Amino acid sequence: MGSNWLQFVASGVTSGAIYALVALGFSIIYNASGAINFAQGEFVMIGGMSAVMLLALGLPLLVALPLAVLVAVIVALLVEKLAIEPARHAGTVTLIIITIGVAMFLRGLAQLLWGKGVHRLPAFSSEQPIEWLGATILPQSLWVMGGAALAVVALSWFYGRTLLGKAMRATSHNRIAAQLVGINTRGVLLASFGLAAGLGALGGVLIAPIAFTSYDSGIMLGLKGFAAAMLGGLGSFTGAVLGGLVLGLLEGLGAGFVSSAYKDAIAFVVILAVLFLMPGGLLGGRGSERV
Amino acid sequence: MRFIKFARAALALAGSLAAAGGALAQEPIRIGAFLSVTGPAAFLGDPEQKTLEMVVERINAAGGVLGRKLQLVAYDDSGDAEKARTFAKRLLEQDQVDVIVGGSTTGTTMAVVPLVEAAGTPFVSLAGAVVIVEPPKKWVFKTPHTDRMACEKIFVDMQTRKLSKVALISGAGGFDKSMRGECLKVAPKYNIEVVADETYGATDNDMTAQLTKLRTSGAQAVLNAGFGQGPAIVTRNYRQVGLTLPLYQSHGVASMEYVKLSGPAAEGVRLPAAALLVPDLLASNDPQKAVVTAYKRDYEARFKSDVSTFGGHAYDGLMLVVGAITRAGSTDKAKVRDALESTKGYVGTAGVVNMSPTDHMGLDLSAFVMLEVKGGTWSLAR
Repeated sequence: MGSNWLQFVASGVTSGAIYALVALGFSIIYNASGAINFAQGEFVMIGGMSAVMLLALGLPLLVALPLAVLVAVIVALLVEKLAIEPARHAGTVTLIIITIGVAMFLRGLAQLLWGKGVHRLPAFSSEQPIEWLGATILPQSLWVMGGAALAVVALSWFYGRTLLGKAMRATSHNRIAAQLVGINTRGVLLASFGLAAGLGALGGVLIAPIAFTSYDSGIMLGLKGFAAAMLGGLGSFTGAVLGGLVLGLLEGLGAGFVSSAYKDAIAFVVILAVLFLMPGGLLGGRGSERV
Repeated sequence: MRFIKFARAALALAGSLAAAGGALAQEPIRIGAFLSVTGPAAFLGDPEQKTLEMVVERINAAGGVLGRKLQLVAYDDSGDAEKARTFAKRLLEQDQVDVIVGGSTTGTTMAVVPLVEAAGTPFVSLAGAVVIVEPPKKWVFKTPHTDRMACEKIFVDMQTRKLSKVALISGAGGFDKSMRGECLKVAPKYNIEVVADETYGATDNDMTAQLTKLRTSGAQAVLNAGFGQGPAIVTRNYRQVGLTLPLYQSHGVASMEYVKLSGPAAEGVRLPAAALLVPDLLASNDPQKAVVTAYKRDYEARFKSDVSTFGGHAYDGLMLVVGAITRAGSTDKAKVRDALESTKGYVGTAGVVNMSPTDHMGLDLSAFVMLEVKGGTWSLAR
């Protein structure tokens, strides 16, 4: 039994790290525009599917992965220029609805371009599960967790130490004031889309060996990632990771100890309870501080 | 004067009637179809539509049926039951089709059943669930295997391997749930005891928690009723947590995609599948060998993509209808229906079909072959 609960935790951490990576992307765009980008899951999918395509073209893994991330970034920049920017004076709700449209469009495009099949990337290192006290975890799960941890560190450095990062934070606090001190707020939104897509695509290639990828895998990733971001507190990067891990652990432990039929219900009841007591999420700001 | 005018009019009328009669003989036989060519069930509807177009073309090139050409009237319901209903109505009322072959999913099929029953038009469904033909409905037939047959085929195989305690793990999708229910229902008939019953969500990417629980359930074999990518994840996680019990998958993942996604973890996995998947493995005296080999060759040559059992269902549906019309000698709906119901020994891609008034599907367990993954490809289980 001792090894059982360790395995439940391992299962939860594997899913949780995946959710965390997606949740981070939601927080970036929320910080820059105050809007939820429902196409975030599609950026993840584009990362995974591009990597599959590039590998099939015969490129080595080390070349295909950065290129796949680049593809997603370019798509995101185009989306921002063509769909989001023309509507930047509209309200947040309009922006959110536009991102839903973008998500459907990207999904349709991916279906036409890459077909309806499910694909898998080879694992980055070994396929041999690592055993520890009777519980097993795949090396690729460690890659995902490492990726999420690295992303949080890099993001806090970027937002805390670089000029562009600080400009993005200033814009998120007060767009007009930021504009008055000479920050190119349009550029900020563009950059945040690129950043969110790059991060999402990185997640996409990291998780494709475990969770596979297909034209519609963005839907489920987007949904769980959004739930994780809400749970952790929208806009908080540590919160996004925490939210992802908590959501994954709730599912893993719920499936293990209670019933796998109710594990999603258990997870969402807990999320609802948390949001009821702490509307800002676990680490969400209560005041104006959002980063 | 008046008389002459009348005679002339009568003559003209007779002439036009004769002309109409001539045209009637040349009138094509109208085959209606509503399929889920786009949307979530596109993997069903897409090969079905392609197959119907291909076979109709081939039959017409060979002179048609009863000297009349076939005309295919196909609509895309995109997997939406409400749309399927609308299109079926249009097929029945506006297009005045002689028969309907279609209904990619159980949902779209069941939405249309009341309409065809009221209109009295023969309808061959391409969807899987047992409810379509159980209880039998006068005008409704179907071609694919049912999930109950898959359960039975698996349980028979377990019996021969002397396995009697089975753990179920199934997904949350419609296919998964329906098969889980059927397996639970027929298990006692084969003296199989279900000792664990776990589920996973369609969106899950790690099932090790559920599989860890199965490990201690005392099961002698594990059956995964699943569809889509879930079973591939189950298979990989199964080896990850170190399970070595025999693993059975359903006919829902009987495709090379599943084997590719699961990688080496799929070795030794058994599943029931249609003969269409493995024409090369069939014995040379197998009655289905010629049919499935020819269909696979034609489909793959023309569409440059792998053949699927779903396209095969459409092939069977159309050929059953063509056979019935030929035997009925007309497109009279009641006669075609009776001919369909008395279909005997039709050899299709799904198996040998013997219909009866109580069985509007006409397949038995021999329609499935039990496959085992060996060396990254299919082999016949022994």
